[in-house]
Amino acid sequence: MSEDEEDETRGGEEKRRSPDPGRGGGGGANPPPPFSDQVLENVLENVLQFLDSRRDRNAVSLVCRSWCRAEAQTRRDLFIGNCYAVSPARAVERFRRVRALVLKGKPRFADFNLVPPRWGAGFYPWLAALAPAYPWLERLCLKRMSISDADLSLLALSFPTFRDLTLICCDGFGTAGLAAIAEHCRHLRVLDLIENDVEEEEEEMVDWVSRFSTTSLESLVFDFVGCAVNLDALEALVARSPSLRRLRVNQHVSVGHLRRLMERAPQLTHLGTGSFGEGGGGGGEVEVADLEAAFAASRSLVCLSGFRDLAPEYLPAICPACANLASLNLSYADITAEQLKPVIIHCHNLQTFWVLDTVGDEGLQVVAATCKDLRELRVFPLDVTEDSEGSVSDVGLVAISQGCRKLRSILYFCQRMTNAAVATMSENCQELVVFRLCIMGRHRPDHLTREPMDEGFGAIVMNCKKLTRLAVSGLLTDKAFGYIGMYGKLLRTLSVAFAGNSDLGLRYVLEGCPKLQKLEIRDSPFGDAGLLSGIHHYYNMRFLWMSSCKLSLRGCKEVAQRLPHLVVEWIRDKPEEDDGEAVEKLYVYRSLAGRRNDAPPFVEIL
Amino acid sequence: MSTDTRKSSTESEVSGLDYEETELKLGLPGGSRIGGSEPERKRGFAETVDLSLGGETCATDLGDRSTDSSDGPVSGAGRPPAAKAQVVGWPPVRSFRKNALKSCTYVKVAVDGAPYLRKVDLEMYGGYQQLLTALEDMFSCFTVRNKRLVDPVNGTEYVPTYEDKDGDWMLVGDVPWKMFVASCKRLRLMKSSEAVDLAPRTPQGSTNTK
Repeated sequence: MSEDEEDETRGGEEKRRSPDPGRGGGGGANPPPPFSDQVLENVLENVLQFLDSRRDRNAVSLVCRSWCRAEAQTRRDLFIGNCYAVSPARAVERFRRVRALVLKGKPRFADFNLVPPRWGAGFYPWLAALAPAYPWLERLCLKRMSISDADLSLLALSFPTFRDLTLICCDGFGTAGLAAIAEHCRHLRVLDLIENDVEEEEEEMVDWVSRFSTTSLESLVFDFVGCAVNLDALEALVARSPSLRRLRVNQHVSVGHLRRLMERAPQLTHLGTGSFGEGGGGGGEVEVADLEAAFAASRSLVCLSGFRDLAPEYLPAICPACANLASLNLSYADITAEQLKPVIIHCHNLQTFWVLDTVGDEGLQVVAATCKDLRELRVFPLDVTEDSEGSVSDVGLVAISQGCRKLRSILYFCQRMTNAAVATMSENCQELVVFRLCIMGRHRPDHLTREPMDEGFGAIVMNCKKLTRLAVSGLLTDKAFGYIGMYGKLLRTLSVAFAGNSDLGLRYVLEGCPKLQKLEIRDSPFGDAGLLSGIHHYYNMRFLWMSSCKLSLRGCKEVAQRLPHLVVEWIRDKPEEDDGEAVEKLYVYRSLAGRRNDAPPFVEIL
Repeated sequence: MSTDTRKSSTESEVSGLDYEETELKLGLPGGSRIGGSEPERKRGFAETVDLSLGGETCATDLGDRSTDSSDGPVSGAGRPPAAKAQVVGWPPVRSFRKNALKSCTYVKVAVDGAPYLRKVDLEMYGGYQQLLTALEDMFSCFTVRNKRLVDPVNGTEYVPTYEDKDGDWMLVGDVPWKMFVASCKRLRLMKSSEAVDLAPRTPQGSTNTK
């Protein structure tokens, strides 16, 4: 689930630049409309129920009070991009018939340990409001929220028709909570646990896989749940789940067990292998040929991932499935170009490919030669340090740009890059919507010309007219931001680290990018003047994050004062280093709920 | 690999700032950039380490796939910091991903008769000697003698043993180091009186190589 694909809106609630009390209203006590209006509303509802797009629905709700009501009555899917932007009570008051909810919590930089633990985004306050309001709730997707085992239990017991639970980058729960979901959600179709922090001591583990009561399971993803699972129970579950299409297991499932699971579920479309190597205990040795036969028999496979603890000789076993693959994730497999080649050359239909940089530029050249339909590429570093050797570079990037002309999204970690390569990509890949380049060494210039990377990123914003998400890195001056402000007219998300010279840089962006929704900045010399230059725009944004910049209390307080519907959080997680004036971490977001009442002691809301 | 250029003259002309100023080192923004400021210790990955091995665990060690067979400076314990102080959350890779690529080498260490468990990352060490030294540091009551750990108070000898992927308990040191790292699931310092049933040690001198 990629944020890049979201339909960006002004939030799940209506947001207007100038409040207009005469039109549309968000809930509240209104007298019942006259009969003729009621009829029109009913007609309208019948029409609106076909409207799916969030953006369209928000627009509809702004037409007039009647349309707002009708839209609210027919909105089944509610998206709350920031759990603090609106109170749960207000959300359930306005939208009475919600069946599916997406709720997002912490800012993205929490993934990189920049947000202290216990900052917030607890699910319970929402759950307490949802349970009585939406007894027919079917689907829930939480991202970067804190959710406890007790919450999961309550969830499982509160919604009798609950079907789909997706947890992404959440924390606070363990196997006890999963057991509650498994046991009580009798109609469960989807349990997707994606990149959550589930760490438990062995002694506390609960055998959650044995507890499943559903027979309509369609998707089970637990590839990063750290504890071993009951393999017999898993096999039994798979055997009695004829609708199962997606299964991603963790590394405690050996190849031997995997093969048995695949035999039980030949209809799988998405498979995440566990440990794809030798040993793994218990499953017994598997011949590569047997494994290959299992892949040959799984004719519906379109998506493969996992490959933890890979023994390279096992990798070719997936070849029979390669021609049909739309998505392949090898980003946990430490393999060379030579090991990648025999597999990737069969993947003609691949659209999404995640890989480790260990395959090197050479590996990427092979990808470029074969995967002509590639839409998304992510190249992750094996060695996550600034000074590592780095195996991919500008060479790989150029190769990809030449071979994969339909590329829409790229995330590329490297140690060496050139402006020329980035510019070449901007010219070859006109479909780019997401461009995220991470040159891992801070302030690193073009390795050939020693120039800043301004021109390369400038070319991207200039040439890639569909670009909505950009992450920059390397040595960058204010000039780069000038380009972004000048050309990045569709830009919604911008990530900045160790870049820029002065407040001008930030000003260029805030003044130049009208669609900017999410701006996250770290370790860049932007101060109060830069911050204040965005006053005209902050109500249109989901959030602004600035850490280790040059902000001071004076500037942040001024923003808070001038924009009453903005919550300005000063995160002080190192009070002993506090010199009282500098604001080390700032998190700013619009909200209809005002200052939150669950802020921990190290958060000061200005 | 390539060293950073701190600045070029054009950049400092543009803004009047040179990169020394704008390059943020660890310390208060706007405050003095004192050389030798303490590297940030808080690291998501380091949080999984139960103990600090006698010194800062440097992030560069984590990526160190050193095959140096010399038992020279002990890696992981007390090695001087990398040339560049590591920064929290940079490069921006989620902890779980870093852990996923590493986690297979984290093992628990138990000591017979002691109630606590420790964890070590086997990849931090280049060989058996370094591991033993680290264990000695960790369980500071022991000293290393003849590849065994001895409690000098009562003379009890402890033999380092490990459980491998097949569930068998073996003596540490019997197989080449890399094979050991790949197959070791957990460590146990067993009293040598109890260790008699384990696979006999191969002759001295043929072990402890990479």
